[in-house]
Amino acid sequence: MAFLRAFGSYVPARAVDNAELAARLGCEATWISSVSGIEQRRYAGESETLVDLAVNAATNCLSRAKMAPDEIGLLLVSSGSSERRFPGPAAETAAKLGVAGIPAMDIPMASAGSLFGMAMAARLAPHHGPVLLVAAEKMSSIITREPLDRNTAILFGDGAGACLIDPQHGLAEIRHSILHSDGSFAQDLRLEFGEPLHMDGRVVIMQASRKLPAVIRELLDGQKESTASVGVFIMHQANQNLIDRVAKALDVAPEKFYSNIARYGNTSSASMLIAAAEWNAEAGGFRKGEPVVFAGFGAGFHWGALLAVGM
Amino acid sequence: MTTQERILTVVKQVAQKPVPSDPEESLFESGVLDSFALPDMVSGLEKEFGITVPDSDLNPRKFDSLARIADYIGVRVS
Repeated sequence: MAFLRAFGSYVPARAVDNAELAARLGCEATWISSVSGIEQRRYAGESETLVDLAVNAATNCLSRAKMAPDEIGLLLVSSGSSERRFPGPAAETAAKLGVAGIPAMDIPMASAGSLFGMAMAARLAPHHGPVLLVAAEKMSSIITREPLDRNTAILFGDGAGACLIDPQHGLAEIRHSILHSDGSFAQDLRLEFGEPLHMDGRVVIMQASRKLPAVIRELLDGQKESTASVGVFIMHQANQNLIDRVAKALDVAPEKFYSNIARYGNTSSASMLIAAAEWNAEAGGFRKGEPVVFAGFGAGFHWGALLAVGM
Repeated sequence: MTTQERILTVVKQVAQKPVPSDPEESLFESGVLDSFALPDMVSGLEKEFGITVPDSDLNPRKFDSLARIADYIGVRVS
């Protein structure tokens, strides 16, 4: 058994709106918002590293949990935009948090990394004690490389999210999770070192449009819950049109899908935890007995869903 | 109706735009379908022909033109 104890987030100060991006990409600002639902995104400063983003989100999460770093038993850091092949950001994040020595593991997984991390943390917490999961992405260093690709440059932003998963108590019990992976389409969404991000948007949308509703149904059916009983769906913030499509496929009102993509864009694996942190702080968070569904889909493809029920 | 006519009906319903007369012309490059209309079109084809398109076949290249859709439907139906 494991519990969601707190969420945290951090986004860099610099906001890049569609007008600024459109001028650079030679397109219309209204086109960007119409195809993505994004109005602005945040870019980290040049000297701000991915580990800096991770540490800020982790610190925010621990502060909300009223917990000292040395109470963490395990640190997981998810990122698809690591600045080097190895080591990944986990060990350095732990050191900067002042907890060098605890196990710190990287999850090198874009987009769905935080969902997979939550599921893993729930299973590891009973053994290691409280698990701090951080998802950090500095996508701007990738998408601003020349030659610019407007189809990807409009989507992504920087940021980090975090959650604390405790084996004993919290805001919600993690009831169940379902994870899937299929490498058949690995070539359609990939980032090679030193190369531009490659994304075949049609393949991604086609697959995600089918797989996300299916895995959410699989999760809810297995737990004998219905979409009607779910208080809120918190999904990887990939594209507003995709979020709306998943809601439609499940016959759920789009308002039940929490969304902050307009303000931050797609922050890859960080997005679901940034959304969860904002939802928890601003929209009231968990209610006793009410199910909340988390879901993610990303490069791999990896996808899954997780059910938490408010305490 | 022929298979081609049934496909055309589904595509027109989803696209809400004129469809190219050349069956080989790309439905994407010609602007008839966008990324988000594609899943709707596949759902429409599944319903019209009583088939299930497996996830492994959810590849835009299989549905890029009226001719390719007809080829795919022909294989699935048979």
